[in-house]
Amino acid sequence: MAATKTVANRGLYFRRRLTNMIFIILSVSAAIFGLIWLAFILENLLVNGVSALGPHLFTESTPPPGEKGGLANAIVGSLIMTSGAVIIGTPIGIFAGTYLAEYARYGRLSFVVRFVNDILLSAPSIVLGLFIYELAVRPMQHFSAIAGTLALSVIVIPVVVRTTENMLLLVPNSLREAASALGAPQSAVIQTVTWKAAQAGMITGVLLAVARISGETAPLLFTALGNTTMSTDITGPMASLPAVIFQFALSPYEDWHDLAWAGALLVTATVLTLSIIARLLEKKQRN
Amino acid sequence: MTDISLTEPAALNVRAATARKVGVGDARFRLIAFLAAVTVLLIFAGVIVALIGGALPAIRAFGLGFITTEAWRPAREIFGALGPIYGTLITSAIAIVVAVPVGIGIAIFLTEICPRFLRRPIGIAIELLAGVPSIIYGIWGLFVFAPWFQSWVQEPVIAATAGIPVLGTLFGDPAYGIGIFTAGLILSIMILPFISAVTRDVLEAVPSVLKEASYGLGSTQWEVIWKVAIPYARTGIVGGGMLALGRALGETMAVTFVIGNAHRIAPSLFAPGTSISAAIANEFTEATTPLYTSSLIALGLILFVITFIVLTCAQLMLRSMEKSAGK
Repeated sequence: MAATKTVANRGLYFRRRLTNMIFIILSVSAAIFGLIWLAFILENLLVNGVSALGPHLFTESTPPPGEKGGLANAIVGSLIMTSGAVIIGTPIGIFAGTYLAEYARYGRLSFVVRFVNDILLSAPSIVLGLFIYELAVRPMQHFSAIAGTLALSVIVIPVVVRTTENMLLLVPNSLREAASALGAPQSAVIQTVTWKAAQAGMITGVLLAVARISGETAPLLFTALGNTTMSTDITGPMASLPAVIFQFALSPYEDWHDLAWAGALLVTATVLTLSIIARLLEKKQRN
Repeated sequence: MTDISLTEPAALNVRAATARKVGVGDARFRLIAFLAAVTVLLIFAGVIVALIGGALPAIRAFGLGFITTEAWRPAREIFGALGPIYGTLITSAIAIVVAVPVGIGIAIFLTEICPRFLRRPIGIAIELLAGVPSIIYGIWGLFVFAPWFQSWVQEPVIAATAGIPVLGTLFGDPAYGIGIFTAGLILSIMILPFISAVTRDVLEAVPSVLKEASYGLGSTQWEVIWKVAIPYARTGIVGGGMLALGRALGETMAVTFVIGNAHRIAPSLFAPGTSISAAIANEFTEATTPLYTSSLIALGLILFVITFIVLTCAQLMLRSMEKSAGK
C-alpha cells in the first residue's frame, strides 16, 4: 500500500517537473523569438540608414528621381510643425492636467475629462488627422503647415495632460498645506510650489509628446501634405520627415529608398534620444 | 520698521485692494485651468462632429449598405466599406493572436526567469522599442520582411498546403510577399514591446508574499506563474491586451506599406487587401469627388467607433484593476 502510493507520487512529481520544464522553455523561447525580431529591425535600420547618411542630408532639399539631394526641407518642416504643436499643446495640456490634479481631483467633470483624455491618447492618429482636415483644410481650401501643426498638437495635448496630472499627484499634500498656511492663494501655491516640485516630471511629459509626434505620419499626409522645395510659409503645404519617408519608400527609385532609410534612422535616433532623456528626468522626479 | 495700524482707513484700503487683486488673479488662474480641461472635451466632441459631418454625404448616398458592400469603384462612384473593415479586423486579429502569447512569454521571462543583471537592460530596451514610430516598422516590413517572408515562408507553405481543403484556400496563391497576413505579422511585431511592457508591469505588481506562499507549499515555478501570478494579474493583462488591440486597429503606417492596397476580400490570407487606415492614407489626397472624400471620412468614423468601444473596455478593466489594488 505504502509502496504504490510513493510510486504514484513519484509519477505525479515527475509530470509536474516535466510540465514546468516545458513551459519554462516555451517562455524563454518566446522571449528570444520576440527579442530577435526587434534586434533584427534595429540592425537593418542602422545598416541601411548609416550607409545613406552624409552632410548632404542637411544641406540639400529632396531631389527629383535620379538626382542627388538631401532631406533639408523635410527636416526644417518637421522642426517648424513640431515646435508649433508643442507651443500650442503644452500650455493647454499643463493647465488641463493642473485642473484635474489641483482643482477638481474628484469632481464629476474631471472624471469625464480623464476618460476622454485617455481615449484621445490612444485614438487612431489618422482619425485625428481627418478631424483637422474638416476643421482647417476644408475651410481654407488648401493644405497648410498650420493644419499639420494643429493635427500634431491634438496628439500632444493628451500626452501632456496625462503626465502632468500623474506628476502633480506625486507632490505631497503637506507642501500645498504649508504654502496655503502662509496665506498664499491657490494659484500662487500651484505656480510657486506644486509646479516647481513636479517640474522634472512635467518636462518629461513634453519630451514624450515630442517623441510621439516626431514620427507621426498619418495625420500629416492630408493636412500639411508635403513640399518638394524648402518652404517656411506656414500657410502653404510643408514637407515633413515622416511624410517624405512614406512617399520615398513607396516609390520605385533606388536613390529615394536610400533617403527614406536615412530619414527613418534620423527619426528613430531623435525619438530614442528624447525617450532616454525623458526616462532620466522621470527617475529624478520619482526620487 | 513701520507699524501697520488696522484702524487707519488708508491702510485698510490698501489691504482690501491687495486682497481683491489677488482674488481676481486667483479666479482668473482657476478659470484658465478649467477652460483648458474643457478644451480636451471640445476636441473629443469636435472629432465626433467633424467625422459625422464629413461622412454625411456618404451615409445619405449608401445608408447602412455602406458597411455591407464590398465593391469600391471610385470611377463609378460606388463605395462599400466591407473590404477595409475586413482587412482591419483580420490584421488586428492576427497581430493579437501572435503578439499576446509571445508578449506574455517575454513578460514572464523578465519577471521570473531572467538573471537579475539582465532584467533592467532588457526591460528598458523593450520600453524604448515601444516608442519607436510605426513608420519604421512599415519601411522595414516593406524592404526586409516582405521579400524574406515571400521566399522563405509563403512559397513553401503554399506548396505544402495546396490541395488540402480549408488550409489550401486560406494559404493559397499568390505569394507576393505583401498582403493581409504580412500586415498582421508586422503589426504583431509593432505591438509586441507594448504588450510585454504592460504585462511585465502588472506581473511585477503581484505581491511576492503570494508567490512565496505558493512556493512554500511545494509548487513548481510554472505552477506559481500559471496559478498564482497570472490569475492575480489577469484583469491588467487583458486590459493591456485591449489597449494593444486598439493600437493595432487604428495603426496606419505599419500596415499601409505592406497590405497591398486592394479593395477586395480574398479567400487567401496571403492575398493583398486593405484596411480602413490604409485606404484613408493611400487615397485621401487622390479622392477627386466629394462623395469619394466623404466615403473615406465615413471609413474613419467606423474606425473611430470600433476603437472607441475597444478602448473603453480597456479603460474599464484597467480602472477596476487599479481599484482592487487599492489606488
